[in-house]
Amino acid sequence: MREITYLEAIRESMSQEMRTDNDVFIMGEDIGIYGGAFGLTNGMIEEFGPERVRNTPISEAAISGCAVGAAMTGMRPILEIQFSDFVMIAMDNIVNQAAKMRYMFGGKAKVPVVIRLPGGSGAGFAAQHSQSLEAWMAHVPGLKVVQPSNAYDAKGLMKAAIKDDNPVLFYEHKLLYNVKGEVPEENYEIPLGQADIKREGTDITIVATAIMVNRALEAAEELEKEGIHVEVIDPRTLVPLDTETILQSVKKTSRVLVVYEAVKRGGYGAEIASMIAESDVFDYLDAPIRRLGGVATPIPYNPELEKAAVPQVNDIVQECRKLMNK
Amino acid sequence: MLYDMMLIRSFEETVEKLFQQGKIHGTMHLCIGQEATAVGACVPLTKEDKITSTHRGHGHSIAKGTKVKGMMAELLGKETGYCKGKGGSMHIADLDVGNLGANGIVAAGLPLGTGAALTSKMKDLGYVVLCFFGDGSTNEGAFHESLNLASIWDLPIVFFCENNLYGMSASIKEMTNIQNIADRGIAYGIPSETIDGNDVLEVVKATEKAVERARNGEGPTLIEAHTYRWRGHSRSDARKYRTREEEKEWRKMRDPIALFKEQLIEESILTETEFMELENKVQVEMDEAVEFAENSKAPSLETLEADIYA
Repeated sequence: MREITYLEAIRESMSQEMRTDNDVFIMGEDIGIYGGAFGLTNGMIEEFGPERVRNTPISEAAISGCAVGAAMTGMRPILEIQFSDFVMIAMDNIVNQAAKMRYMFGGKAKVPVVIRLPGGSGAGFAAQHSQSLEAWMAHVPGLKVVQPSNAYDAKGLMKAAIKDDNPVLFYEHKLLYNVKGEVPEENYEIPLGQADIKREGTDITIVATAIMVNRALEAAEELEKEGIHVEVIDPRTLVPLDTETILQSVKKTSRVLVVYEAVKRGGYGAEIASMIAESDVFDYLDAPIRRLGGVATPIPYNPELEKAAVPQVNDIVQECRKLMNK
Repeated sequence: MLYDMMLIRSFEETVEKLFQQGKIHGTMHLCIGQEATAVGACVPLTKEDKITSTHRGHGHSIAKGTKVKGMMAELLGKETGYCKGKGGSMHIADLDVGNLGANGIVAAGLPLGTGAALTSKMKDLGYVVLCFFGDGSTNEGAFHESLNLASIWDLPIVFFCENNLYGMSASIKEMTNIQNIADRGIAYGIPSETIDGNDVLEVVKATEKAVERARNGEGPTLIEAHTYRWRGHSRSDARKYRTREEEKEWRKMRDPIALFKEQLIEESILTETEFMELENKVQVEMDEAVEFAENSKAPSLETLEADIYA
């Protein structure tokens, strides 16, 4: 099968949807001729024109509200927030408006908006352009949160996100943009709320998100040499969360490590760990559930410090070894 | 128009009474004294046109055609309310008549309205959005960003500022250093004007012009209508920030309903008897609304988690 990058997969998914549904359009800062800060929308304005590939002023408070207003009146906007960090300026529209509108209007409104959020560290952009704040969004009832870890998933999940009648926060990892993977040309959908077993194993379950899936897979290869068989589960969407797939895996392996890039404290890994601890599967555990998350620090600029701030392959390997010795 | 203004006042007075009787919980933001802005601004709108509203939204809602029965039921937290008892005073919406909802967040309606106007333009639906907001919201970033966005995209929207002189306790004089909020339109290339918001005909005239512009694809207009909130910001407000004389002056000299009534009588369009008939009609409608609301069922606990996701 042909291989394309994560970035191309997202572009292809949006383009395919825009070809079949006139209500779908994209908006954001510099997404026109410039192609977006990461070049993701390159060429889209040529195909769809400036009405549907809508360049906006630097006005997160207005463009986010505008996307929500357009969504509740019949459009299906996809809004690019240039760096996920800038979403803070748009929070009112996402948290107070989009998330709650349906509920507080007694079920009478739908808000089919996708908000694309390039996030994560590792690119040298420092503290205001590198954060992983998906847990903030996952905390809010009414939002859905997606975190694809490879090109195939990115395409299928984007399609499901666009078709979803709810506000969906679509977190893209900057370091994954140029990672290639096998992606079919035809249109396909990956339902939100369906975890994927990226690798089967019998000794430890690693539940990892976004780029940590790739690092967990690398770590698993290394551990395999030591005779430790790691299963890697990628929830793919934090909300809705596929608890069943995770619990089945834990039942099989009896050991769990949750790996995520966001600051460990108050992060989504705690939610996954608690979910397991509160379930019937708890009795199957042979060791305490462990979490490996980011250090509680703003992301530093220096490359060595930046690397040290979030879990790397070796950290995952070490954690697994510790887990096996419990 | 007169009937709608009277209906709004009666609704607010009834709500106030029910609140005092402990039948309505939470809080509420009454728009008594501001009836002319709500009604006048909605007169040029069709059912297909949309409004966005504020936390002081009962008047806008009624003026756009949302029925008082469902509104009253909502305020009493009943399942027959427009939001099935889950939204309350600050979140009444009625999408069927183009009422995109009241809003508990100051200035939040502006970008939402801008988005609704974008839909109208992109799908060529021909409807216009009228966006209500208070003077206090014009110092929010969302106000400025939305005006700019609507202006560069020539969106069919009317930004309608009800300047009732106070954002909660903050006097507009202390919070901005300009004479007219309408002047802010200049910064965004948007035509704007300041009008007397207690003269319903003046409101209609200004809004008609703005709606016409929007419908013709000439883009947004900013209207600033001077009006006055007779009651406090909400129930807990002792109104220490303004004088009773000032209140008395607005109530005696600039009551929008009394002014319009006088004008109609002067021009022999209305008689005192007809006015009293209208009053009775309003009372009947309000009594029915209260009865309907009181006799409606509360939402069942099973609905607690319903309607979070579509």
